[in-house]
Amino acid sequence: MHERQLEIEEAVVPAARGRAIVITSGKGGVGKTTTTANLGTALAMRGARVALVDADIGLRNLDIVLGLESRVKHHLLDVIEGGVTLEEALVPSKYNESLVLLAAAQHREKDEVPTEAMTALIERLRERFDYVLVDCPAGIEHGFRNAIAGAQEAIVVCTPEVSAVRDVDRVIGLLGNRFKPQLIVNRLRPQLVKRGKMLSVEDVNAILRLPLLGVIADEPEIIITTNKGEPLALRRDGATGAAYHAMAAKIAGEDVEAPMVEVRESFFGRLGAFFGGKA
Amino acid sequence: MIEFFKRLFGPSDSGATAKQRLQLVLMTDHLALAPEMIDAMKRELVEVISRYVEVDRDKVEVDFERHDHALAMMANVPILGVARPSERPSERPQERAPEAASAEPVAPEAVPAGPAPLQQRKRRKKAQRAPA
Repeated sequence: MHERQLEIEEAVVPAARGRAIVITSGKGGVGKTTTTANLGTALAMRGARVALVDADIGLRNLDIVLGLESRVKHHLLDVIEGGVTLEEALVPSKYNESLVLLAAAQHREKDEVPTEAMTALIERLRERFDYVLVDCPAGIEHGFRNAIAGAQEAIVVCTPEVSAVRDVDRVIGLLGNRFKPQLIVNRLRPQLVKRGKMLSVEDVNAILRLPLLGVIADEPEIIITTNKGEPLALRRDGATGAAYHAMAAKIAGEDVEAPMVEVRESFFGRLGAFFGGKA
Repeated sequence: MIEFFKRLFGPSDSGATAKQRLQLVLMTDHLALAPEMIDAMKRELVEVISRYVEVDRDKVEVDFERHDHALAMMANVPILGVARPSERPSERPQERAPEAASAEPVAPEAVPAGPAPLQQRKRRKKAQRAPA
């Protein structure tokens, strides 16, 4: 009976595996978790099956941002240690049926997760989902190595601050050649850039030299939506929501140069003019 | 006066300050992460200097110093001896010698070779004009 079930499962599993993408930054507090939640939401709204994995063992947060904290019954380590099945541990999103969360263990430590087990878990998720987004913990220790182990791609989140750029630079070095990291510049304040009081996207990327996936402005609505546990990307109308959707489209391989420019026009219109004038 | 302008525009330049600090800190970080590169550079540096003066290879020190606005490489290269000009290692003059020797015989040939095309061109122009 069990064998037959396995056979059926194998027959159903599509030949193509999903893409495992780690969202990382080195430094804490730059918006990795918010980015993961919003990119996952935007990808799921495109119809993709998306699993979000909170790899920040001991400091579970992705459930909060997604508003799922009360629904988490099991976590990543429960699955790895065989206590529950993967299906039992996956928490469906309130807002999107093709989006699920695998929560981090809150009362455990990062060292308790063996890297091979983490890789195997991501592999299993890739069989069932089009995208597996791994929310990487801050730091470059065991938790970081675990989070990147099963991924094939990386997105680095950087704020326009000296410390954040320095840490991302280090992380790019640690990622090595296996990943082709893409950059999200988060929490940009166009007005400050305009007044010369903040590093610009160009300043940041003159140092990091990565393909730019997108830019997210520092907007109060991100805080508000996080307070409520409703990812901002649920709404496409706002500029920030649109920016997440443009990034999702780009990840999916669409040529979204035009929408990206449009988002920037509306949001960073004057900023763009400033860059243009300076260059 | 400069200080006055710095004070006047200083606060608005904190983005530029951030950029400068970032570049400096990253250079230092990258150097710290590449000890092999520094060793290789040190070796080559000593090699080049040794072509001209005698160097105490074991006591060569290469350090990087961070100042407020720049990173500097400080090399301490103890010199054991400098040969009299006439006694300098023969490799340099020898290297140049063939060049100088070959340059002279070539030159007289090259000089008439230069104007030749010009004359030819003039002739060609004349030739073109002639039928007209």
